[in-house]
Amino acid sequence: MEWGSWQAFWAMGGYGGYVWGSFAVTAVLMAAEFVLLRRRHGAARAAIARARRNS
Amino acid sequence: MNLYKYAAPNTFYPLAGRLLPWFFGAAVVLAVIGLYISFFVAPTDFQQSEAYRIIFIHVPAAWMSMFIYLVMAFWAAVGLAFNTRLSSMMASALAPTGALMTFIALWTGALWGKPMWGAWWVWDARLTSELILLFLYVGFMALQASIDDPRRADRAGAVLAIVGAINVPIIYFSVKWWNTLHQGASVSLTSSPSMATTMLWGMLIMALAFWMYSIGAALLRCRAIILERERTAEWAKETV
Repeated sequence: MEWGSWQAFWAMGGYGGYVWGSFAVTAVLMAAEFVLLRRRHGAARAAIARARRNS
Repeated sequence: MNLYKYAAPNTFYPLAGRLLPWFFGAAVVLAVIGLYISFFVAPTDFQQSEAYRIIFIHVPAAWMSMFIYLVMAFWAAVGLAFNTRLSSMMASALAPTGALMTFIALWTGALWGKPMWGAWWVWDARLTSELILLFLYVGFMALQASIDDPRRADRAGAVLAIVGAINVPIIYFSVKWWNTLHQGASVSLTSSPSMATTMLWGMLIMALAFWMYSIGAALLRCRAIILERERTAEWAKETV
């Protein structure tokens, strides 16, 4: 696939908004889920560690 | 090796932790390859120009949305039948990721439908049954969140998950059973078979990336759920 220019690549044949809107939202949601899960797991670990120190 | 050993949360927790980096790592590597094929190898479609490239996330997300539901219903059913805590935790861990995949399928479908059909949304059998799938996931999560006792929440959620599984074949065969605007299960979008091959490869590799991501996300969430539920257990205190 030869795009010729970066401009043509980002334009996606005039469908740029639809194509990038799809890929960007997917990437953001997956990254957000990953970050939130790491935080949730970290919080669960921290809660147990706190309870152990206080006991 | 005794696989049943890993049916206990305290042995599954460290195993999931060891597996996690591999699944997320594979997801990243496969996504990079898949995206490269999606944008730099797969040619322009003769009918849909570049808009068709949405397929590289739309189809993998839609596949995962249905597959995760079946896996979730399976683990929920195992938990219900055999009273195994970890099975129920796994079902709960799969639901949000399944809902995310369903949302992505609907979102990318809307962004694809607008330029190709002229509408963000139509009440077509495929779209409607996929929307019902999203409601099933959300209903499962809401039901579990509304019950304080985790074991009771597991059982109530399991019943909903099992009954809702009937929707998955309806989604899959909707394009055959009804006259839908949504296209049928075909991967040959082009006239040229060589073009269809690179498109198919891009889609399959992206599907594998989504698969690895989903397993990673479910394992990570399962680890969090295990710690949240077993926080008073001796092993949990010794692990963290």
